[in-house]
Amino acid sequence: MSAEYRFIGKATPRKDARDITTGRAKYINDISVPHMLYGKVLRSRHPHANIKDIDTSKAKALAGVKAVLTWKDVPDWKVGNPLHLRVLDSKVRFVGDTVALVAAETEEIACEALELIDVDYDILPAVYDVEKATEKGAPQLYDQFPDNILPPIAPFMGDNVLQNIVIGDTEAGFREADVISEGTYAYENIPNPLPPEPPGAVAEWESPDTVHLWISSQGPYFDRMTLFYMLGRKVNVKVTACQCGGSYGSKGNSSPIFLQAIMLAKASGRPVKLCLTKEEHLNAFTLRLGSRIQGKVGMKKDGTVTAISGNWLVNTGYYSLITQGQVAVGLGEAQLIVRCRNWDLKSKVVCTNRNASGWIRGFGGQELISALFLLLSDAMQKADIDPFEFFRKNFVKYGDSTIWRDGLWWTSKVIDFTKSMDKGAEAFDWYKKWQGWLKPTSINGTKRRGIGVGVLGNADAGEDVSESLIRLDPTHHAMLYTSICEQGTGQRSSLCKMAAEVLQIPPEHVYIVPQDPSVSPYDFGSVGSRGTYAMGAGVIKAAEDAKQKLFELAAPLLNAGAELLDTRDGMIFIKDKPEKIIPWRTAMGVTRTIFGYGRHEPDFSLCNILMSFVEVEVDIETGKIDLIRVVNATDVGQIIDPPCLENQLNSCIGSAAIDSAIFEETVLDDSNGRMLTANLIDYKWRTFADLPEIKNVILETPFPSHRFGAVGVGEITTAPGPSAVLMAVSNATGRRITEYPATPDRILKALGKL
Amino acid sequence: MRDNKKGDTVKKKVVKRATATGRTIGQHNINLVVNGNPYELLIGKDVNPEHTLAYTLRETLGYTGTKISCDHGACGACTVLMDGKPVLSCMTLTIECDRRSVTTIEGLEDPKTGKLHPIQQAFIDHTAFQCGFCTPGIIMSSKALLDENPSPSKQEIEDALAGHYCRCISHYHVLDAVSDVIRKSEVK
Repeated sequence: MSAEYRFIGKATPRKDARDITTGRAKYINDISVPHMLYGKVLRSRHPHANIKDIDTSKAKALAGVKAVLTWKDVPDWKVGNPLHLRVLDSKVRFVGDTVALVAAETEEIACEALELIDVDYDILPAVYDVEKATEKGAPQLYDQFPDNILPPIAPFMGDNVLQNIVIGDTEAGFREADVISEGTYAYENIPNPLPPEPPGAVAEWESPDTVHLWISSQGPYFDRMTLFYMLGRKVNVKVTACQCGGSYGSKGNSSPIFLQAIMLAKASGRPVKLCLTKEEHLNAFTLRLGSRIQGKVGMKKDGTVTAISGNWLVNTGYYSLITQGQVAVGLGEAQLIVRCRNWDLKSKVVCTNRNASGWIRGFGGQELISALFLLLSDAMQKADIDPFEFFRKNFVKYGDSTIWRDGLWWTSKVIDFTKSMDKGAEAFDWYKKWQGWLKPTSINGTKRRGIGVGVLGNADAGEDVSESLIRLDPTHHAMLYTSICEQGTGQRSSLCKMAAEVLQIPPEHVYIVPQDPSVSPYDFGSVGSRGTYAMGAGVIKAAEDAKQKLFELAAPLLNAGAELLDTRDGMIFIKDKPEKIIPWRTAMGVTRTIFGYGRHEPDFSLCNILMSFVEVEVDIETGKIDLIRVVNATDVGQIIDPPCLENQLNSCIGSAAIDSAIFEETVLDDSNGRMLTANLIDYKWRTFADLPEIKNVILETPFPSHRFGAVGVGEITTAPGPSAVLMAVSNATGRRITEYPATPDRILKALGKL
Repeated sequence: MRDNKKGDTVKKKVVKRATATGRTIGQHNINLVVNGNPYELLIGKDVNPEHTLAYTLRETLGYTGTKISCDHGACGACTVLMDGKPVLSCMTLTIECDRRSVTTIEGLEDPKTGKLHPIQQAFIDHTAFQCGFCTPGIIMSSKALLDENPSPSKQEIEDALAGHYCRCISHYHVLDAVSDVIRKSEVK
C-alpha cells in the first residue's frame, strides 16, 4: 500500500530525534525557573490512620524552609471519580499517602524538614483484599462509600457508562453448552508501569488567578481542563508539557502531584518543583488494577460461547481516578474478543489500603482478559478446542454489535482480522507446534517448551475528540497546532507526516508548535491507540481545509476552479495542465497566512487488534522460565512510520506487560501494608541480555477510518501477552498454572516438587 | 520551555576556571573537566560531600542531558564516561572526581561543526528510542564499548548494555543502531 504515498509508510527521522540523542530534550526535572524552590512530601508509614495531631513548628523554623502544609492549611481540593480524595487529608489510607508538603531552597533542606514534622496518628485497621474489603465490618476508607464500593459512574464517558454487561439469557445459554467452567481467577499482582522518568511538575503563580504549570504528561489539554475544574473554575491553568520520559498511561494519574506543586507555590509565593524520586514513584504512584473474576462460562465443542456470567472485582487501591472508566473499556473489549449472546457480568470497583491503581496502557482490558482468559481456557481445555481457532472464530467481525463504554450499542465496521491472525499463526508455525492442552511442544532433558496465544482489540482507537489547526505560510511551510505531547510513540512526528502528505510538502517543512494547550485546540490526549485514527483525522481535516482555502486563493490567478487544482512542494497547478503553475506565495501574498481547522468526532465502530503468540521454555528442575519467542500479529490499515510502529509492538515485553506473567510484580506485605519491591533492585525487569526473539507481522488492509485508512495499535501491545504466557507455561509443564506471575516456586509447586 | 542556564552561570560566576596546566588552586576544591571544559568546584560551596556526580553535572553545572531515574545504581540512565570508562554518575560522589575528565551526552556532538557522533546519528537513523529518557545513558555505554572494542559481537553488545533499563523496549532498534555503527566503521 505504501507505494501510493510519498511520505506515509516510510521511515522518517523523528522531529525530536536530535534533541533526544544530544541531551537537549527537556524533561520535567530539567526545567529550572528563577527563584525556584523544591517540594517534598511527608508520607504515611501506616496503611490506615487518622491524623490526630501534627506539629510543623520545628520544620517551619528550619532555615531555608519556605512553606509547610498539612490538611489544615489547604483548600478543599479533591481528585477522583467522583471527587472524593482530598489532596491533603486528615486521614491517610495507604503506606505512602501524603501527610504534609514542604517547599525549601534545596532538596536537602526540604528532606530535613520532613524529619522535623511530628505526627500523632490514630491507627486504624487496614484491608488489602478486594473481597474482604466488601465484607460487613471491613475497615472503611471513605464514609461516603459503604463496603468500600465506588459508585458506578464516569461522567467523562457519559451518563450511561458501561459497568455491567447484561445481555440475553445466560440460563438458557448455559443449557445449550457442551462444557461449563466455573471458578475464581485473578490478575492482581499489580505490576508497576514504571516509566524511567518519575512523575513531576513545576508550578509558578503568575497572578492570583493564573498559574503556570510545567508537567510530564500524556494529555496536556485534558490536564489543563481537569485542573481548571479541580481548582474551582477560578484559575487559568497555563500548561506547558515537557518531553515525557515514558508514561504508558500512568502519568494521566498525576493530578494530585500537580495540585501539590500548585499548593506549595501558592503558599510560598515562589515557583516550586515537585518531582518524585524513584522510591516514591514505586511506592506512591500508579499500579495496574487488581482484577479478580468469579465467573462461569458455557461453551460448545465448536468454540461457540453460549454464556458468560460472574462478578468482576476490581481493586483500585486507596482511590479511583478513573477506574470506573477502565472497567467500561475492559467490558467493551471483552465483547470484542468473545462473541457471545448471553452475558451477565457485573463489576464492582473497590477501595483498599494500598497504593492506587489506575490509568495504564491496556486500560481495564488487559486486567480483565488476563483473568477472564483463564476461565475461558479451562472451558477450551475441557472441550478440547485449539485456542487459536477459538480466538479466530470469536474475535469481532464486521456487522457484529457490542455495547461500548458509553453504554450504547455500536455496530462494528472492522476489516477481516482473520487474515492477520492466519499470517501470525503461519509465522509462528502454530499448527505444527500446537500439541493440545497441557502438552509440551518439545522436551529436551529437563527443559520443556510450550506455546500460548492471546488477543485483544480496543474500539477506543477512534475515541474522543481531537482538534487541530494548520497554518500555511507563504514560505511554503506549514505549522501544526496541536495539544498532543510526545511520550515516546513518535506521534507528533507522525502527525506532521500526515499533514505533509496532504499538503505535499516534505515532512521537514511541517513544523509543530510546542506542547502547549494555551496555544492549541482541544485534544483528549495520546491514549487508547487514538493517535493514528482520532488525532490523525483531526490533522488531516485541518490540512485539507487549509489546502482548500489555498486553492480558492489560487483559482482566479490560474483561471480554473479550486476543485481542479493540486499542489506539490509549494507549487499550485491545474491537474490537467501542470504547466499552469504558481507558487503558494503568489497565491497567498507574502503578508498572509492561511489557517485550516480539523475536528475528529468520536467513533467506536472501529477496533484494532493484536494477537500475541508466545513460546516459553520451562526448566522443570528449577522452575525457571525463558521467553523464547513472541510473534505479534496485527492489521493497522496503513503503516505511518515503520520503526515507530515496530517499537510500539516490541513494547509487548515492556511496561507491566508479558513479564507480569513471568516475574514482574509488586509485592505487598499484608501484615503492615508496606511494599517490598519499591526500588529498582527489587522490582525486576528484563535487560538487553534477556531479549526474546520478537517478530511483528503487520498487515495493511485499509480501514474505513480516514484518508490513509489507518488505525493505531500502540496502547494494547502489552495486553495479550500475560495470559498467553500462562497458557504456554501450562502446556510446557503439563500442569495448569493460573497465578500471575508464574514464578519458579509456583511452577515447582504445581509440579509437586515443593 | 525555558532552558536551564544555570550551568553557564556557575561556570562563569561561581566556579573558577582551573589554570592552564590543570593544577589545583587551594586545598578544598575539585578540579573536574566536563566535555573538555575545566571546572574548579569549591567544597562546601559548589560541592557538598553528599553530592553525586549526577547531581553536580545536572544541578550545579547544568548538564541536564544526563538523566537520573533510579538514583540507586540499578538502571544505567545516569551513565557518563569518566576518563573514557562508563560510570554510574548517581553512584559516584563528586568529591571522588578530582582531576577526572568526564564526558556527558552533550560532549559527543562536534561543538564547532555540529556534526553528531556516529552513534548519535545511528540512533536517529534507526529510531533507536521511544521516550528517550534512557537514551543518553545507552549512547554513553555504547561509546565506551566501541572505543574499547570496535567490533563487538551481538552478545558483547547485549552484555555491555545489560545495565540499562529501557521500559519502552527500544532494545532491538538500539542493537540495530550499534551494529550499524560497527558495520560502517568496518567499511571505512
